[in-house]
Amino acid sequence: MEVYFTSKKPKPVVKVLVYILLIVWAFINLFPIYFMFTFALKSNEEIFGMNIIGLPKEWLWSNFAAAMKTGNMGLYFFNSVLVTVASIAISIMAAMMATYAITRIKWKGASFTNAFFMLGLTIPLQASIVPVYVVLSKLHWLNHYTTLIIPYSAFTLSMSILICTGFMVEIPYDLDEAARIDGCGLWGTFFRIIVPLLKPALSTIGIYAFLQCWNEFMFANVFISDSAHRTLPVGIKALSGQHTTDWGPIGAALVIATFPTLIVYIFLSRKIQDSFIAGAVKG
Amino acid sequence: MAEVKAVRPRRKGPDLKKALNIFLFLLPAILLFVGILVAPIAVSLYRSLQKWNGFSPGTFIGLKNYKELFTSGSIKWNTALKNSLLLAFFSVFVQLPFALLLALLLGRKYKGERFFLSVFFMPVLISTVVIGQLWLKIYNPDYGLLNTFLDLVHLSSWKHVWVGEVETALGSIIVPTIWQYVGYHMLLMYAGVKGVSPDLREAAMLDGATNWQVDRYVVIPIIKPIICTSVIFAVTGSLKTYDLVRILTEGGPFQSTEVPSTLLENMLFLRNRYGMGSAISVMLIILCFAFALVISAVFKNRDE
Repeated sequence: MEVYFTSKKPKPVVKVLVYILLIVWAFINLFPIYFMFTFALKSNEEIFGMNIIGLPKEWLWSNFAAAMKTGNMGLYFFNSVLVTVASIAISIMAAMMATYAITRIKWKGASFTNAFFMLGLTIPLQASIVPVYVVLSKLHWLNHYTTLIIPYSAFTLSMSILICTGFMVEIPYDLDEAARIDGCGLWGTFFRIIVPLLKPALSTIGIYAFLQCWNEFMFANVFISDSAHRTLPVGIKALSGQHTTDWGPIGAALVIATFPTLIVYIFLSRKIQDSFIAGAVKG
Repeated sequence: MAEVKAVRPRRKGPDLKKALNIFLFLLPAILLFVGILVAPIAVSLYRSLQKWNGFSPGTFIGLKNYKELFTSGSIKWNTALKNSLLLAFFSVFVQLPFALLLALLLGRKYKGERFFLSVFFMPVLISTVVIGQLWLKIYNPDYGLLNTFLDLVHLSSWKHVWVGEVETALGSIIVPTIWQYVGYHMLLMYAGVKGVSPDLREAAMLDGATNWQVDRYVVIPIIKPIICTSVIFAVTGSLKTYDLVRILTEGGPFQSTEVPSTLLENMLFLRNRYGMGSAISVMLIILCFAFALVISAVFKNRDE
């Protein structure tokens, strides 16, 4: 047996070629990120000629100060956190409640309701932008945090319900029965039994929704025109418009917008990958 | 047991209360979903049949918006549609095969599998706005990495104002889009590859199959549903593309890189043509659903 399997192992040449491919592609993926971190700390002289791709010779932390001060990145960071956290909270709560009604209460319309919510997976966000924009502007409701929070919660809802369903059907149905015998109503069962058992689902949904909201650009760009409520992606676009010739602060702004994601990814890479797989493969 | 019997009849009684509870559990989700998605789409559908500037009452004009969309040269819809279909083409025939190759290779237990997987997936997590800004620095005509590199290898004649010339602008958008999402499709396919039972692979190998043959005749048929999902995501994603176009070219030069979503935004902010904007969003919904249906039908047919 041993001999047989070793003879079946890939030839060394193939192995070397595969590693070359993997390493080159890894380099192509890592290089832009390395480039971003280094030019965030360089002066224009270094970026434009002396030292294009090396490590910075002089570490210019003042780029970050400039991005915070003239670029307002601190405020935009706060806005992004606020909008993202609120959207995730609303989306998760609404999704857990809806999924509970769909999967754990027996009634006729359950599967139809589920199919209805799943339509949201295919509908492009663009579909609703015109009417929502008109309604919001008539109500003078553009340029608020809620202008983004409500649509973001709605757009992440279908995926949240999909992921939630995957987790909720795994919970034994005997628990509901037992809770009912002990005198818990539907709401008691939901809050005391189901919600605590959904903790693993929360991180999966949370990660997925975080990335959707944190990086969303189109709605933020269309709905937010004042600088006080900009989120990071819109803020970066504005900053790059002001500083067309000064690359350092732009690099710093890009780093500010990206490092939370990268830090979380370093520690939770498997969890993050799993949440993307849960979102796509189960659907 | 006695208690269970006592509970059963009680559950049957208050049907109304149960219905009310179901309604309350569904209420937040329905409010969000109907308010932000379903109702606006219905309104879009209705408004797309009107000449409407967003503020005064619209006038009904039937399908004229749609007709104008396809026949008027000044709207650039055909350019936009062609561009996003071209992007879809490259996604399906360049990005996905490459993603599949990576997924199959990583599924063979090379050393560093986790590391490579994590690195390849990383660009997916980064905001497209950040990616766009980085690529602007690569494409910059005077100081960008690409032109500097071409100077370095004495190919200065190949230099371009990448995002500013009609010949290269669309390519400059397609390359980073494809680059960024290779990792996404790779991850989905990799999950599928890992789900294939190792026994199957071993059995095929014992019969004398090579790794490539196992992939071709055992693994790929099993992960076909995932490939189908990937194709749907790649095509609908291409139709919906917006961020990189806004950042890299703003639809220019001479509107040669417009895509449906940037046109839609132009209709709102530059032209005040809300009826036409609605028509564009309705076209997008139709295209996304049509492609999703056709693609899954094609995959199903092949199975039989």
